[in-house]
Amino acid sequence: MSFFFVILALVLTLGLTWRYLGSYMEAVFNGRVHWLGFVERPVYRLLGTSPEQEQTWKRYAGAMVVFSLVSLIFTYVILRVQGSLPLNPQKVGAVGPALSFNTSVSFLTNTNWQNYGGETTMSYFSQIGALTVQQFVSPAVGIAVAIAMVRGFARRKSPTIGNFWVDITRCMFYILLPIAFIFGIIFVGEGAVQTLAGTATFHDVLNGVTQTMARGPIGFMESIKQLGTNGGGFLNANSATTFENPTGLTNFLSIYLLLAIPFALTYTFGKMVSSVKHGATLLAAMVLLFGIWVGFTSYGEHQNNPAVAKAGITATVGNTEGKEVRFGDTQTALFGVASTNTSTGSANASYDSFNPLGDLGLLTGMMMGEVTPGGTGSGLYTILIYAIIAVFIGGLMIGRTPEYLGKKIQAKEVKLAGLGSLVMPLIVLVITGIAVSTVEGRAGPLNRGPHGFSEILYAITSQGNNNGSAMGGLTGNTAFYNIVGAIDMLVGRFGIIIPALALGGALAQKDVVPESLGTFRTDNSMFVGLTVGVIVIIGGLTFFPAIALGPVVEQLTHLRFF
Amino acid sequence: MLVHLRRSLVMAVICLVVFGFIYALAGTGVSQLLFRNQADGSLSANGSTLIGQPWNLTKCPGHPLGSCVFQGRPDDLGPYADTEKNNPSPAGHPGDDPLALNGAAGESGATNLGPRSSTLVTFTKQLVKYWHARGVIPTPDLVTTSASGYDPDISQKDALVQIPMVAQATGIAPAKLKALIVSETQAPQWGFLGAQFIDVLQLNEGLAALK
Repeated sequence: MSFFFVILALVLTLGLTWRYLGSYMEAVFNGRVHWLGFVERPVYRLLGTSPEQEQTWKRYAGAMVVFSLVSLIFTYVILRVQGSLPLNPQKVGAVGPALSFNTSVSFLTNTNWQNYGGETTMSYFSQIGALTVQQFVSPAVGIAVAIAMVRGFARRKSPTIGNFWVDITRCMFYILLPIAFIFGIIFVGEGAVQTLAGTATFHDVLNGVTQTMARGPIGFMESIKQLGTNGGGFLNANSATTFENPTGLTNFLSIYLLLAIPFALTYTFGKMVSSVKHGATLLAAMVLLFGIWVGFTSYGEHQNNPAVAKAGITATVGNTEGKEVRFGDTQTALFGVASTNTSTGSANASYDSFNPLGDLGLLTGMMMGEVTPGGTGSGLYTILIYAIIAVFIGGLMIGRTPEYLGKKIQAKEVKLAGLGSLVMPLIVLVITGIAVSTVEGRAGPLNRGPHGFSEILYAITSQGNNNGSAMGGLTGNTAFYNIVGAIDMLVGRFGIIIPALALGGALAQKDVVPESLGTFRTDNSMFVGLTVGVIVIIGGLTFFPAIALGPVVEQLTHLRFF
Repeated sequence: MLVHLRRSLVMAVICLVVFGFIYALAGTGVSQLLFRNQADGSLSANGSTLIGQPWNLTKCPGHPLGSCVFQGRPDDLGPYADTEKNNPSPAGHPGDDPLALNGAAGESGATNLGPRSSTLVTFTKQLVKYWHARGVIPTPDLVTTSASGYDPDISQKDALVQIPMVAQATGIAPAKLKALIVSETQAPQWGFLGAQFIDVLQLNEGLAALK
């Protein structure tokens, strides 16, 4: 029953957010929001740019790539020299080269895959200056790319698609900063820790035990971690720990924050192309798939854990292994689905201990290419790529030149969309293949049997989709997994961003074709179905053989333990 | 290209200052001002209400270890007492040693054992045996470890099944223990967020007051 109220509360809050945050973001990116002008203008002055200086898609992409490279170097250097920097009360040393590389790529690409345990590896300086900074920057880059691509649909015969510097500045100052700050205060009020004072040691006279606990500036990292669909927590166990996610309310707010921007961007899209109905159509496709995945995964986790049942404990329902009492099994699963379907990857449970059906839900949520609703920005630009493919298929069926929002979708656009949709499955399947056929790769899993294969597949899928969710049993901090993981993340990010920007650039140059009776409608339930079909078929067909060897086999091998 | 590079460097510095240090320091300032206790980790005389403790180590004269208090999730119990032994990997499969007892903070984390792991079956059987030896018919929470490795809470049912053990070791009447458990039970937040739970530290503080 309480699950029903949680869903109801989510629908209500996200519905309002979709409408109002969506329209606010449109105003931000079209330069009608100025309340932080006193910060915004000096930033442009320092950068030597202004909103009037528009860029072609190539310059936009160039700025994005160079900025990403510089961010990568900044993060890497901070991690390598953290031992000599201040704000290091636990006196942790430098992070090793391979792990630093993997971690800087991970936070740069909005993946937040973590091959380290935060409380024993990272200084406060690194958590604040390297990781939290990227938790603002990487969603801003994702959203900027999505907005630039949308401008391609919104503009006519325009050589330019916006200014990268202006877009990310506006995104970080007007959208991410205020929301993250307010929710940071709420998280701390509920019990999340926010201190620079280092660890705390206490002695309990009731049981005679002395313990030391890790603390740090956690609460404010928590809010941007969820809002920016980042997912990289301060502590190893992420949102399962009480210091990151103390109560049922913070658990709910985490889920809300994960979904807020990715859903609301469809409204922003609709408003920018002057057809909110088109935005609502994409929203409907996202919500439909998201709802199915919530139901499926919650059902999976509401079943008993087979190993625990085998040991003779069958008294109540629900898989409790690797879960926290205060959340309950279904709200834990809801968090898991929200984090894997949004490219966040934060975890409030051990996904490794999920039942096979639960893991199947999380894994396939990522395999659909992170569009339900996907990450901040990445969800929108990826679903637009799928929408172009859907339009193309629809056009083939009725024998007309496909159009989307009055723009002719021709060979060039279809090729770019095809590239954008195939990069992720390609890199994920190739690297999984390499991992299972090398000794280094096979050394990773903790669990044996199909579950061990799932751990590898899950890790590579998660990084290729820039998600960052993990089945924690895999030992990822090895030279092999650090390096192939970094390649996986880089290709998964830039292999889609660059075709997306190229699409934006190509579309912006086109004129709008007037709508006629024969135009294939792209704002009705028929198109929702077609888009959902494309997402499921691309994700499903490419990955079915892989998931059949993992969670599916595990579910079907009744009564066998490995 | 050069102009991209110059702008990137300037932007990276701005971000480091504003979204790194100003954000985190202003956040810490506001938190310490408004919610000092929470921001420091909800500490009280006997520890933090947010951090689980190894209650199984409590000395109970004349009775088995840990039988005179209510115990939490078995994150440090039986087969999970020393994860280094179970998971010898140097990378450290995040073990169940989150609050190392040697004065250094360890890592939070779960066992990460899958639902078809024969190790999990063996470990769970050992925990069932542990509880049976203390006259407790365990619930799933009492034989499965948490996600953080220091879940401070148990459900009402997890506490109720421990009544025979605690009553025998402390001599307190079961009815009194039951009343204590009911009074310590916290409903889901706002009636629907999360699940019903009991904070084990608060429960044992209540128990100490009964003694």
